[in-house]
Amino acid sequence: MTQIFQNAIQLVFSFDKEVIEIALLSIRVSLTAAFVSSLVAIPVAMVIAMNDFPGKSAILLFINSFLSIPAVAIGLILYLMFTRQGLFGFLRLLYTPGAMIVAQAILVFPIITSLTIAAIDGIRKSLIDTAVTLGANSWQLTWTIFKEARYPMMASFIMGFSRIIGETGMTMMVGGNIKGSTRVMTTAIALQTMRGEFELGIALAIILLVVSLILNLFLQFLQGVGVRR
Amino acid sequence: MWQKISQMKNLVMAVLMLATTTSVQDSGLLDVLLLKFEKKYNCNVRVVAVGSGAAIRIAREGNADIIFVHDRKSEEKLIKDGFGIKRYEVMHNDFVIAGPENDPAGICRVKNAEKVFARISSTNSLFVSRGDDSGTHEKEKEIWSAIKVKPGGKWYLESGQGMIESLRIASEKNAYILTDRATYIAHRKELNLEILISGDKILYNPYSLIPISPKKYPDVNCDLAMKFVDYITKGEGRNIIQEYGIKKHGQQLFFLERKK
Repeated sequence: MTQIFQNAIQLVFSFDKEVIEIALLSIRVSLTAAFVSSLVAIPVAMVIAMNDFPGKSAILLFINSFLSIPAVAIGLILYLMFTRQGLFGFLRLLYTPGAMIVAQAILVFPIITSLTIAAIDGIRKSLIDTAVTLGANSWQLTWTIFKEARYPMMASFIMGFSRIIGETGMTMMVGGNIKGSTRVMTTAIALQTMRGEFELGIALAIILLVVSLILNLFLQFLQGVGVRR
Repeated sequence: MWQKISQMKNLVMAVLMLATTTSVQDSGLLDVLLLKFEKKYNCNVRVVAVGSGAAIRIAREGNADIIFVHDRKSEEKLIKDGFGIKRYEVMHNDFVIAGPENDPAGICRVKNAEKVFARISSTNSLFVSRGDDSGTHEKEKEIWSAIKVKPGGKWYLESGQGMIESLRIASEKNAYILTDRATYIAHRKELNLEILISGDKILYNPYSLIPISPKKYPDVNCDLAMKFVDYITKGEGRNIIQEYGIKKHGQQLFFLERKK
């Protein structure tokens, strides 16, 4: 047992090519997904948070209920859409990193949206009033709010990222765990372990833990900055 | 207190831990076999369906009472090492090489599996490998090593997953794949794959049952494991195997070994 852990730690620090390749792919896929999702989610969240309109609470309810959608359900729907006979089959996306990015971006969208809405709601009302009294037009007001909420927005990005980098079932369904192409940390841990490659599994688990530790440290730092200001 | 607990153990339903290759499960055969067995002996069979390599490992670690696998070399080693009691050859079918209907590498003119593999690798045609030390993967490796090719590169896709998942990947990617016939037949409607090569001697695929020895792990349910062996090799299991697939797929999927 200790031998397995020793080998695993050795595998991490010897920068084993396979381990590094899998870890980098995981980070690349999830980072891209979180980024693409944020590009849409943050503007959408700002529009929702800054305006009052009929049906707003219905939209909020909708977004919040999507927070708890099982990831594998997204995986299944995307699988059916991306399969060759599916609606988007012509894209030939199934079992590519692209499919994993799409799936993770969809999964993370409600997370980033609802956290960003909460972040904007948290901005002091007085700040908005002051900006308006000072004669800010709506673009200037948007910019002010964006600047004010940037740390919590970054925090929501990180929280979203750490959610999807740990996703397994959905990523496996649309990615296929193909070695050197779509094998990411979680799918490798889930499947290689069944082959008895415990060392690889533990090495990847260590990296996954370190990544989320660093992210959470950064998150804490961001929240600290947010509070101090 | 321990005595009480072990007495209680006898009251609840007996449990047989069966680690099996995915093909027996994925083809649907196992469900039918177990249904009658569980009823007859009033027991509960817990199935772990994994590749043969993993099934054998599970047995080595003492986490199964009996295994149902198709990887002769590792099976014989398991028995030599004292973990398995005996190999009971139950049935066989064959491996086939499937691929896209239009056959881009032009393998269907070749009859010999080794030559087909050589052609796939020399034309860099996409090939999906289970990559999971399963019986199918071991057979694949056997063929690669027979032609002294070390597969790798952009054309060689290792899925690390079971037979169905790997077949799906091959179907989506227009790739070639080595598969057992039963799993392919049971799922061919969902796949854009045709059988291109079959019938070569190297593609013979025997399945066996190995009960785990109580000498290594005293708490294995050897008694029930032996009942399962009898049920499959002598009892009603034989008929079920022989008839399985004819109604649903129009053909027999597994063939009984002749009694020796």
